[in-house]
Amino acid sequence: MIQTKIGLNKKIVAEISRIKNEPEWMREFRIRAYDIFQKKPMPSWGADLSKIDFNSITYYLKAADKSTTWQSLPQEIKETYDRIGVPEAEKKFLAGVSAQYESEAVYNSIKRELNKQGVIFCDMDTAVKKYPQLVQKYLGTLVPFHDNKFSALNSAVWSGGSFLYIPRGVKVKLPLQAYFRINTKSFGQFERTLIIAEEGSFAHYLEGCTAPIYKEQSLHAAVVEIFVKKNAHVRYTTVQNWSKNIYNLVTKRARADENAVMEWVDCNIGSGVTMKYPAVYLAGRGATGTMLSIAYAGKNQHQDAGAKMLHLAPDTTSRVIAKSVAKSGGRATYRGLVNISPGAINAKASVTCDTLLLDGKSRSDTYPVMNIKEESAIFEHEASVEKISEEKLFYLAARGIPKEDALGLLVNGFIDPVAKKIPLEYSIELSRLINMEMEKI
Amino acid sequence: MISIKNLSVSIEGKKILNDISFDFKTGKTYALMGPNGSGKSTFASAIMGHPDISYSSASKILFDKRNIKNLSADKRANLGIFLSFQTPLELPGVSVFALLRLALEKKITPIALREKIKVYAAELHIKEELLKRSLNDGFSGGEKKKLEALQAVMLTPRFALFDEIDTGVDTDAIKIIARFLKKYLSPKTTSVFITHSTRFMRYTQPQEVLVIKDGRLVKTGKDTLAKKIERDGFKNL
Repeated sequence: MIQTKIGLNKKIVAEISRIKNEPEWMREFRIRAYDIFQKKPMPSWGADLSKIDFNSITYYLKAADKSTTWQSLPQEIKETYDRIGVPEAEKKFLAGVSAQYESEAVYNSIKRELNKQGVIFCDMDTAVKKYPQLVQKYLGTLVPFHDNKFSALNSAVWSGGSFLYIPRGVKVKLPLQAYFRINTKSFGQFERTLIIAEEGSFAHYLEGCTAPIYKEQSLHAAVVEIFVKKNAHVRYTTVQNWSKNIYNLVTKRARADENAVMEWVDCNIGSGVTMKYPAVYLAGRGATGTMLSIAYAGKNQHQDAGAKMLHLAPDTTSRVIAKSVAKSGGRATYRGLVNISPGAINAKASVTCDTLLLDGKSRSDTYPVMNIKEESAIFEHEASVEKISEEKLFYLAARGIPKEDALGLLVNGFIDPVAKKIPLEYSIELSRLINMEMEKI
Repeated sequence: MISIKNLSVSIEGKKILNDISFDFKTGKTYALMGPNGSGKSTFASAIMGHPDISYSSASKILFDKRNIKNLSADKRANLGIFLSFQTPLELPGVSVFALLRLALEKKITPIALREKIKVYAAELHIKEELLKRSLNDGFSGGEKKKLEALQAVMLTPRFALFDEIDTGVDTDAIKIIARFLKKYLSPKTTSVFITHSTRFMRYTQPQEVLVIKDGRLVKTGKDTLAKKIERDGFKNL
């Protein structure tokens, strides 16, 4: 097992690059990012991040050698995957797998058809070595390292993550999946994902995160960049179930060119603190951006999530549907931005935020920022907060359904408009996670 | 089967039912009548176990001779008590199928459940499309009550309370609902229909009529009692 010393300095950043045997340009990228990380202040406008101690984290840890088949995966990983239902999902849906064990992808298999079509699907470390021109052209151009403290941190110490390249006109019908988990206590995971969808192509990328529970705090700071070219269509689905002690601070951004479609489907169930606002830059005429999100905040959880839609071109459309659930003192925050630039003629934007509170202790806040600089723009915003009524629980009780099951049914019903957009296996898993949460006090 | 003894209940400190005693017999059909606000719905809620209801210490609800006064509503339902709501609740994102699948989880496979629901829905003239939608969300009065009837039959209760299943429903639908319940509820099921309509009683044919007024059980009698009430009202009871 190879790992760096606890804490972070320039030497450790260089060591990560050395261990990975990276080209010089990547080493420089990391070092420059590290300098910016040091200068950047902690964001103070959102969730409480004061307890993060950057010096108590191990930034790089390699756990297993790469394996290309399911059989060769370590037993421990398989067991965890079994519990969360991964093998079944794989059998039916997988077109290619990139499962991350700690900071390194250990399992990476691509179906032959994908190769034939010219689709590249591999982990980022491999991409840096095998496809340096592509990586250099795009990496850090949508999420530059000076974007925020955590994008800088990720750029300095990133490890693993997926690289997906879909050539012009190629439509990948099956969802491409990647599984991430954190396995060592106080170990930060910093995966980096880059997706390039060339003109007229289609892909659905799916990531599901689960992690066992640890006592110490841990950090997950990922960066995802997606380039959706003219007439292309990308859907990116996340089912996030990090353990409750994890800070999940993720920067996700996509650029949609002319008539391109970018869809985020984002489900945040786990983690202690999440700050995540996937963005779509609607850069080309007629581009569409969608965000469908589910956030669940239970005891000691703060989900601070939302979406950013930036209308930069005429006839662009964006739609945000955010469903938040808070229980047992949890806090669900919707924080979103819709920006319609001058000249984005006939832009259309709609934002719907619905919150379901399961008790009086829990909290929800909505911060929808709208910045409309174009007169012809059409903008709609709706927000609702509902408390689960005793009458509904009684109605279900009169059908023999006990309270915990009734809550599960009602919460799953509430998130259904988003949950039904997720492939079946995942939505079943999600539904099971919700039901498990409802059983807790 | 259910024996009510000295039932006195209050909601938020306000006394609603006063010392009601009555024996419901297995397989018999009852009509429960009374002026608005007399406590009929509270009577049904008290038997079902609404959490807001407080029972006097003397109150007993004996189900197969066991006092169920302190059982929660879901436990009573699992013993075989059912309540059809006067105003069925809207459940966004929850179809009748999802609800019944959960309620009958251990009793029937999802496929058999779906088939059964379809058959009953056809009998009740419920559009199939309605079965997939959020239960009661945007449904008409008749549709809501038909789905209450469907749930009643699916759950095979031993003691079923129907709180005004005939209100907000057009004449044709009333007939359909009443006939459906007669046909598909087990002959061993004890049914109690809270109603204002003697027409509805012609279809359900209760063997006994109970009248609650000001929280008290003031009169019981045969179906002729219902006709008398239709003619003279409740004032002389």
